[in-house]
Amino acid sequence: MASDTAAMGDLGTEEGVRRRDWIHIAALSTAGVGGASLLIPLVSQMAPSADVLAASTTEVDVSAIQPGQAIKAVFRKQPLFVRRLTADEIKSANEVEVSSLRDPQTLGDRTKEGHEDMLITMGVCTHLGCVPLGAAEGENRGEFGGYFCPCHGSHYDTAGRIRKGPAPLNLQVPEYQFTSDTVIRVG
Amino acid sequence: MSFAWAKQYEPKTPLTKWLDDKLPLPRLVYNAVGAGYPVPRNLNYMWNFGVLAGFCLMIQIVTGVVLAMHYAANQAVAFGTVEHIMRNVNWGWALRYAHANGASFFFIVVYLHIFRGLFYSSYKAPREMIWLLGVVIFLLMMATAFMGYVLPWGQMSFWGAQVITGLFSAIPLVGEPLQVWLLGGFAPDNAALNRFFSLHFLLPFVIAGVVILHIWALHIPGSSNPSGVEVKSESDTVPFHPYYTAKDGFGLGVFLILFAVMVFFLPNALGHPDNYIEANPLSTPAHIVPEWYFWPFYAILRAFTGDLTIPFTGIVLIPAKLLGVIAMFGSILLWFFLPWLDKSPVRSGHYRPLFNKFFWFGLIPTMAVLFYCGGAPAEEPFVVLSQIATAYYFLHFLVVLPIVSQIEVPKPLPFSITEAVLGKDATAEARTGTVDAGTAGTAPDGSLQPAE
Repeated sequence: MASDTAAMGDLGTEEGVRRRDWIHIAALSTAGVGGASLLIPLVSQMAPSADVLAASTTEVDVSAIQPGQAIKAVFRKQPLFVRRLTADEIKSANEVEVSSLRDPQTLGDRTKEGHEDMLITMGVCTHLGCVPLGAAEGENRGEFGGYFCPCHGSHYDTAGRIRKGPAPLNLQVPEYQFTSDTVIRVG
Repeated sequence: MSFAWAKQYEPKTPLTKWLDDKLPLPRLVYNAVGAGYPVPRNLNYMWNFGVLAGFCLMIQIVTGVVLAMHYAANQAVAFGTVEHIMRNVNWGWALRYAHANGASFFFIVVYLHIFRGLFYSSYKAPREMIWLLGVVIFLLMMATAFMGYVLPWGQMSFWGAQVITGLFSAIPLVGEPLQVWLLGGFAPDNAALNRFFSLHFLLPFVIAGVVILHIWALHIPGSSNPSGVEVKSESDTVPFHPYYTAKDGFGLGVFLILFAVMVFFLPNALGHPDNYIEANPLSTPAHIVPEWYFWPFYAILRAFTGDLTIPFTGIVLIPAKLLGVIAMFGSILLWFFLPWLDKSPVRSGHYRPLFNKFFWFGLIPTMAVLFYCGGAPAEEPFVVLSQIATAYYFLHFLVVLPIVSQIEVPKPLPFSITEAVLGKDATAEARTGTVDAGTAGTAPDGSLQPAE
């Protein structure tokens, strides 16, 4: 290139390094870093915005739920199943050999101490995200008496654990805590 | 399409050779903005603004597409979604301020680009088509900018939509129904907002298409230059890359510094506070003005305060409202005829003493006055000032330029671009000689005749 010859003539070389190389490297790396940093706003604008993140905790009053009943609440725009287990359901959940499960967890792992009858799970099938049946009265609760996802036939037991069908994991237990004996805060 | 001495693209690797056979995209880039495009060696910084305008279009498209992911074109929520972008969306404030100020910078850059064209007569043969396409781009930009300004659905947006569509109501007979049709209602509302959003999204891509034609048309005669003398030999040109990529890159750096200053430190300086008040169809803000880039044309619109009548009869030929609209659109449509109004064969204003005087002491002060009056309230002395300036504006293009090009005695032109740069002295010739010595096929300058 003409610029190379001119630079060679005017600026000279020292061990093959031209003084102009410095300007090339400095200018191109500044432009490169500047251009690449533009990706930060362009990419992160697609992440959840502040109003979405602000809606990521939900409080639920569980006092009115009778044993055997379940309610659907909403957490992060997704269904949240809140169920008060009956003594039979707790018993049948605890009778299962944990090591035989696809996603081994005990009922105790999935509930809070002192509130073993309160099963709080996401109402989102771990297979492909449908809402399983079983939270409302009269719905099909599957072969194991918990939840049943009609989309691809996943059966969950009374502890919300996957027992049969394509789902890989138990229904997710979100992070939550009891803020009083009757109120939980999810998220 | 290019000069005989233009470097040819030579693919070196098997991959680029394969690509060059199937889809010669690298060749296209090489010939358009690479070493394969010989450009006059004497371009000054006024020749940066074409590339900068292209860059502005890219800024606007990228930030605009991203903003459209968060905006909702519905009159019930549009204002709220803009505040949502400002407060909730990650970096939303930066994206919106970049888009709003990007529009202003786009116009700054394009006005300087037009200024360059007017002073150096870039519109003259053989470059008329580049100029005509440029005027088309400018008109599309104005439409796009106006519709974009309506989208936040603030007070200025709403009343801007009302006033600008009201321009069409000045047309005899069909005017009123035309305005209702444009708005899809009797006042700006959801229908208008939705179609403005749709078109505001579409038009930038139309602009991008016309820009491609603009650049294509440019590459046929090649770039103009400050001397106005056409390229005659290889010593008049340098390859676009690296010479003008570097020069444009420097200009881009300066541009980005100024742009960042506005976006980060003065983001609302060019806007109107009233546009942070949600649209209210029952109350017009006391002082409505368009965005600054429309001020000169707005001044022309408002300069017409009296009807055109047949003297002593009282018969109104053209009402004032229509006169203003015709003059405003005419002031830009006039540019379509510029290549044939200015008949002087000399291009550069530097070699046209009479043109130079009218340009610097006529047209430029006129534009400054129109600009100022367009942003000022519609009261004296601004009305009479804009009337005088409007009169000169039309006189300049329709009367002064044709007459000047007939009676002017231009200064002697340099024989070639090389001579314009290096002068005619012996040292310069010696230097030219050395540059040319190694290049086969280049005749000495003296043996070449002017192209015209």
